[in-house]
Amino acid sequence: MLRYTTDHEWLRTEDDGTLTVGITDYAQEQLGDIVYVELPEVGREIAAGELLVVIESVKAVGEIKMPCAATVRAVNETLADQPELVNSDAAGSGWLARIEPADASALEALMDDKAYQDYLGSL
Amino acid sequence: MTSDATPESSQAMRSTPLHGLHEALGARFVPFAGYQMPVQYPAGIKQEHLHTRAQASLFDVSHMGQIAVRGPAAALEDLVPGDIAGLAVGQQRYSVLTNDAGGIIDDLMIARLPEHLFLVVNAAFKDDVRRHLEHGLGPACEVEMMDDRALIALQGPAAAAVLGAIEPALARLPFMAVSELEIDGSPCIVSRSGYTGEDGFEIALPAAAAERLARRLLDHREVAAAGLGARDSLRLEAGLCLSGTDIDAGTTPVAAGLSWVVARKYRDGVQAACFPGAARILDELHNGAPRVRVGLRLDGRVPLRGGSVLYDAGREVGVVTSGTFGPSVEHPVAMGYVERNSKTPGTQLSVSIRERTHVVVVAALPFVPHRYYRP
Repeated sequence: MLRYTTDHEWLRTEDDGTLTVGITDYAQEQLGDIVYVELPEVGREIAAGELLVVIESVKAVGEIKMPCAATVRAVNETLADQPELVNSDAAGSGWLARIEPADASALEALMDDKAYQDYLGSL
Repeated sequence: MTSDATPESSQAMRSTPLHGLHEALGARFVPFAGYQMPVQYPAGIKQEHLHTRAQASLFDVSHMGQIAVRGPAAALEDLVPGDIAGLAVGQQRYSVLTNDAGGIIDDLMIARLPEHLFLVVNAAFKDDVRRHLEHGLGPACEVEMMDDRALIALQGPAAAAVLGAIEPALARLPFMAVSELEIDGSPCIVSRSGYTGEDGFEIALPAAAAERLARRLLDHREVAAAGLGARDSLRLEAGLCLSGTDIDAGTTPVAAGLSWVVARKYRDGVQAACFPGAARILDELHNGAPRVRVGLRLDGRVPLRGGSVLYDAGREVGVVTSGTFGPSVEHPVAMGYVERNSKTPGTQLSVSIRERTHVVVVAALPFVPHRYYRP
């Protein structure tokens, strides 16, 4: 199941119940050439709305907020050397972190693909 | 996702004569000094930056102020530390307008044309500069803000061949020389200069002629459009100051590493200097400034940004004024001011970025060697 936030994050539910988080193609396009991704420590508990990842492009700093209270279970270490993966493959190899939500139903309030496309259309 | 870029009001935002061309090229616009300016095109900042160093890029810098000053050239020596009386016709000089404390109101290019001085100043300081010139030059000079103008920069190693195909004499123009000529029947002021560290030209011309020339330049396959984003990363790698950011009313030319803008005749005491703040600037020339501008680099990839405080063994010794990622050098590049005891390249300082401490190393400027045309 794929869900989206109004901050242009995508969340995918994995078989083990964790969520993979990334940013959407729209978001990477807005940021421009990404040169640095600052990832959280694995094991950290982060409250909803708190900072999860910082993405720096040549010109801007993007802050990715935690969409729900969760614990960081893994981060995409590849981005340390290849932050441009977020530009070239935002929905795939440019994923940011894998998190375990405190409440498994956290995703239900978020947008599905159609709702997100409608949201993009409204911007 | 949130961004720290604060959008300015789009009300009363001006656009340049090339706005339609930028739209046709798919530019993304940002507000800058009251203008809607292209920050990048679909190629993206990194690619535009690399293309400039490899071939040639066209930048629209029409937001900058073009000023004609008519009267005795030496009159401008009341306002800038450079030798203007000795500036030959057809030559251009980089200089700064100083305040009474020796700080920098704005930096500018001053070209001596047969009939007048031609100044190019930063967009954000146009009004300040006009008032300062009118007040400081007095009735002996006429200051004309040239409106309805465009300024096109063509920068990169292929620039000379491209412009030379239109006007062969321009390919032989040396760095910092200026030529007045007609291109396609329009009067142009062309200087061999720029803001990228590369060889290149800046072409000032009437607004109505700008798009035609821009399209003619872009028709060359070596030439691509580049926006303000690439312009910023190029000038940072080249170690060039951004007025209002790296130099301002509180920084002197000596602190900024621009001592060379002070004319030799003042440094040697051959002629008494009368530009504002001369006493302080000459004192700093001999005794040093308390803080000086340096290049800064950081191991790893996190970009240093303006405003970050620099520490040496826990003591605050300086501040970053601007920084970004340098696509040509492939590492973050920045500049800032540090106490003079910490200015030696190789000095290790520290900076805190989002609560993490990073090592910052003082670096020699420029990060990328200048490649100006000096035959």
